[in-house]
Amino acid sequence: MPVLRIPTPLRAYTNGKSDVTVNGSNISEALIDLTNQYPTIKPHLFNDGGELRPFVNLFVGEHNIKDLQGVDTPIKDGEKIMLIPSIAGG
Amino acid sequence: MLPELNHEEILRYSRHLLIPEVGLEGQRKLKNSSALIVGTGGLGSPVSLYLAAAGVGRIGLVDYDVVDSSNLQRQIIHGTSTIGKLKVESAKSKLLDLNPDIQVDVYNEPYTSENALRIAKDYDIILDGTDNFPTRYLTNDVAVFLGKPNVYASIFRFDGQVSVFYAKEGPCYRCLFPEPPPPGLVPSCAEGGVLGILPGTIGTIQATEALKVLLGIGDPMIGRLLLYNALDMSFDFVKLKKNPNCRVCGPNADIKELIDYEEFCGVPGHDHEDGSAGSELDITAQELSERVKTNHLKLLDVREPHELEISALPNAVNIPLGQLAGRLTELDSAEDMVVFCKGGTRSMRAIELLSSAGFKKLKNLKGGINAWAKDVDTKLPIY
Repeated sequence: MPVLRIPTPLRAYTNGKSDVTVNGSNISEALIDLTNQYPTIKPHLFNDGGELRPFVNLFVGEHNIKDLQGVDTPIKDGEKIMLIPSIAGG
Repeated sequence: MLPELNHEEILRYSRHLLIPEVGLEGQRKLKNSSALIVGTGGLGSPVSLYLAAAGVGRIGLVDYDVVDSSNLQRQIIHGTSTIGKLKVESAKSKLLDLNPDIQVDVYNEPYTSENALRIAKDYDIILDGTDNFPTRYLTNDVAVFLGKPNVYASIFRFDGQVSVFYAKEGPCYRCLFPEPPPPGLVPSCAEGGVLGILPGTIGTIQATEALKVLLGIGDPMIGRLLLYNALDMSFDFVKLKKNPNCRVCGPNADIKELIDYEEFCGVPGHDHEDGSAGSELDITAQELSERVKTNHLKLLDVREPHELEISALPNAVNIPLGQLAGRLTELDSAEDMVVFCKGGTRSMRAIELLSSAGFKKLKNLKGGINAWAKDVDTKLPIY
């Protein structure tokens, strides 16, 4: 199953887990599974209309899903999906 | 014409001169180059030290803060002897001690839409070592408008990011992050903490990229983002592309001049903890100490459980901010409630959340438990 890497700021909503194994054949399904497993993370990823928030960046391997097929981007078994956070510390 | 190196400089930089990719010409390029470092904190410390040591001829430092004891766990350019001094002056004296041949220009002022273009225009590159979203968007937009590379690094707890945003040749910061996260989602280092070594690891990579850009060698990280995690000791790289819809560097860009970045991000442009400053919901520690003598007040502590080991108020209920939305049923909206955290920022977020859930009898402890420790119960530590 694909593995979703959770950035530090969002781990508060995944019981501290850094990697969450998710079910799904594309990003959309994987995110639905993630939010089913950890419902409190949902408002941080999606707006009220159910769309991914603009500051949420998801990468499959090296590539931003915005440069692929968005949430319809297919994912393979064992593939690493990275949620890239906005962080601002310096 | 590049400046010559004198004999002392040739000796000083001999290890650079021995590298064919740098050599005498490269070192002369560095002497002729200039770098503006925005922020003289965790990242600015290693970045400015290494760029000064490397012989970058002119270094600009922008910061309006003073050195605080809580900086020294990571801001290694400052020292115990410079606590209370201006950061830019503390840093300048250290840099000139390290390398008296360079010029250090200091800007003891906040980096804002009013002064940023004026400050940055005379530098070859800009290094973003700021500690907040408004200044990061400002730094990016300034670099795009001036056509300069923005060597970006950012840190949080154990995570670090590095890239070179250069709109002439690749994506800019806004291509990756068109909008900031909502206020309160991503804590600052002052609220969330940061491993002291992290800015060292990340800042030295940032300085490396700056030197490569100035020398014109290697493969600068234009269009690539490094994601570092110290706990996993993982370095992941992802590819970044120019966003055709980017509002500052895209073909149909509609942002043509600097904007109000605090309004854009919904947060103040600094990483201080007096987030409650000026709010009518504020109650000072001294006022609170009087009120609790005569009134029944519910004290709600929204810090993380591990922070209670540092300092705590008796009779306070602890619900960490991240759990608050799911635990509202534990609170009674009929009660007068004072919400507090470490410094007043998270508690303000908690009050926003509680207000939207219908709570009305709310106050925010201005300056948080640290203000209580300073003004009321001095037996408590300040952290």
